Amino acid sequence: MTSLLANPYRPYPARIDDIVIETEDGNLKTFRLVLEDEDTRARWSHIPGQFAMLSLAGVGEAPIGIASSPTEKGFLLFTVFRAGVVTTALHQMDVGDRIGVRGPLGNGFPVDGDLKGKNIVIIAGGFAFTTLRATLLYMLANRGDYGKITVIYGARTPGLLLYRDELKAWAERDDLDTYITIDREAPGWDGLVGFVPTVAGQVAPSPENAAALICGPPIMIKFTMPPLEKIGWTNDQVYLSLENRMKCGLGICGHCNVGPVYVCKDGPVFTRAQLQSLPTEF
Amino acid sequence: MKALRLDQADLERWFANWAKTREVYAPLEQSSTSQSISATRSYVDWAILRDGRFPVLDRGLPKSPIKKFFLPQPEVLFRSSTKKDDPDAFVLKEPEEQKDRRVLVGVRPCDARSVELNNLPFEKDPYFQSNRARTAIVGFTCRDRCQTCFCEAVGGSPVGTEGMDIAVTQLDDLYIAEVITDRGEELVQEGGGAPEASEEEISRLKESKEQVKSLFSSMSDLDHSLEAMKAKDLFALYNAPFWSQLADSCINCGTCTFLCPTCYCFDIQDEVVKGTIRRIRYYDSCMFPLFTLQASGNNPRGQKVQRVRNRFMHKFKYFPDRFGPFSCVGCGRCIRECPVNIDIREVLRDLLAVE
Repeated sequence: MTSLLANPYRPYPARIDDIVIETEDGNLKTFRLVLEDEDTRARWSHIPGQFAMLSLAGVGEAPIGIASSPTEKGFLLFTVFRAGVVTTALHQMDVGDRIGVRGPLGNGFPVDGDLKGKNIVIIAGGFAFTTLRATLLYMLANRGDYGKITVIYGARTPGLLLYRDELKAWAERDDLDTYITIDREAPGWDGLVGFVPTVAGQVAPSPENAAALICGPPIMIKFTMPPLEKIGWTNDQVYLSLENRMKCGLGICGHCNVGPVYVCKDGPVFTRAQLQSLPTEF
Repeated sequence: MKALRLDQADLERWFANWAKTREVYAPLEQSSTSQSISATRSYVDWAILRDGRFPVLDRGLPKSPIKKFFLPQPEVLFRSSTKKDDPDAFVLKEPEEQKDRRVLVGVRPCDARSVELNNLPFEKDPYFQSNRARTAIVGFTCRDRCQTCFCEAVGGSPVGTEGMDIAVTQLDDLYIAEVITDRGEELVQEGGGAPEASEEEISRLKESKEQVKSLFSSMSDLDHSLEAMKAKDLFALYNAPFWSQLADSCINCGTCTFLCPTCYCFDIQDEVVKGTIRRIRYYDSCMFPLFTLQASGNNPRGQKVQRVRNRFMHKFKYFPDRFGPFSCVGCGRCIRECPVNIDIREVLRDLLAVE
């Protein structure tokens, strides 16, 4: 097969190097993967917002956003919610086990394109922070390329926040503004309380030369838009990342189409303006 | 273009010579017996041509399209093992490349064209390309039309040669073989050659083709449908009122997608048997609710009307907007086999009527 074309269905073998249980309910774990082949590891590059197929031979594949930044070398991070057959099997694996990685796939956020030179507002809810973590780290590593950076991130409870050590470290930096919020008062929490849309309305980041990257449950995205629109944000400034059932990840198999586009190949990142020209099949 | 003159014995000689080094497939009569009603039904479908049989070309299109030669059902993408002592356990490896060469004889222009259309999305798919490289197509142009076919309405032609290596046209007492590709020339040599057609025979060929074309151009209301569809607004088509009525009768059985030469959607699943892992792909259908069901329980096309609409929108709008042509060759198998009599020609007319 290789005699004809590179095989885009073949995953790279990788070992699980570390596993971090992210949330108190145990449903989210971050897997640190190291590609086994040295050359592949050295050649690997991705764009924040891209995803990969995590491939468990004998079980199947699941598309997962890449949580590590391309500036973090030698390993890949995937924060995985236990939901279906593959992710449940993955959650049962141990450090040292072998899995496969097929990617990077999709388009990613235009960090070296339209986002350059802009003020960036990252808005995330629940466990949808993963590719935004990659994006934020990339922007911090190339801090001069972007204007003001604002992060608004919320979860239901403090125990459901991802990357808690990093959140603390980011809060102490003076080159970005972070607003971490939880839905309801909780013992031991002295930070912000309130839903992400409410906090976004209070923080009211200016739309002037700015772009917003929003990832979260559909209901959060729906209610976050009105407060932003009220202060002048337009749909072409707002970037969203879609998820649909996928199999090939190459725009062939037909599972993830939203009208004429394939989430796996043309997305997963779309501006809200682009999505409004498509049927809502996601 | 090189045109050769053959009679039936010449063709039989070609087939026999090809069979020495290749698998030769052709539409042949088959039968199946239903035990419940103890009836035997005969039909024409693809099978290995041997024992001096001749392709059955006068009973309409074979039951199934030729996509199974390019997208086998199922196809093994990778193998691996779960054995603890295997250092490569769980490392997926491609099966050995299939190199056996094949010739499909008696392929009609619609089916031959389907391979070219499917090649657009599968251009970089190594499995599809490998199968394409080892499969030659000896087409037979049409002389009659089936009740359900409409190739000319979707950009094809009853005498089209797209996708063929050799195109054979039957004139009353003889056959003219046009050699289209280098692989076609190779087949002619392997078959043992044939004399060039005379000028008189070539003008008969042209005349015959013109006659067939005029026989087929009776669906003039669907002329220029491709340009018309491209000019139409996606949302106007998507929100057209007829979808719900159409979906009412559809039972989402998926027959249309399995028999369609240009329905190529697939699923990938892993199987483990006695320590051997096989990652396989096989046909899937956008008619099925599981096709889009997400692990969260969310289903973007959970309603039947959404699935029915997706199939036709993909064929007539999404695919042409992306690749150019319709993803339909007008073979009419979906019309012939649909248990609730959905007629894709009517759907195309409905779409073209949307303002």
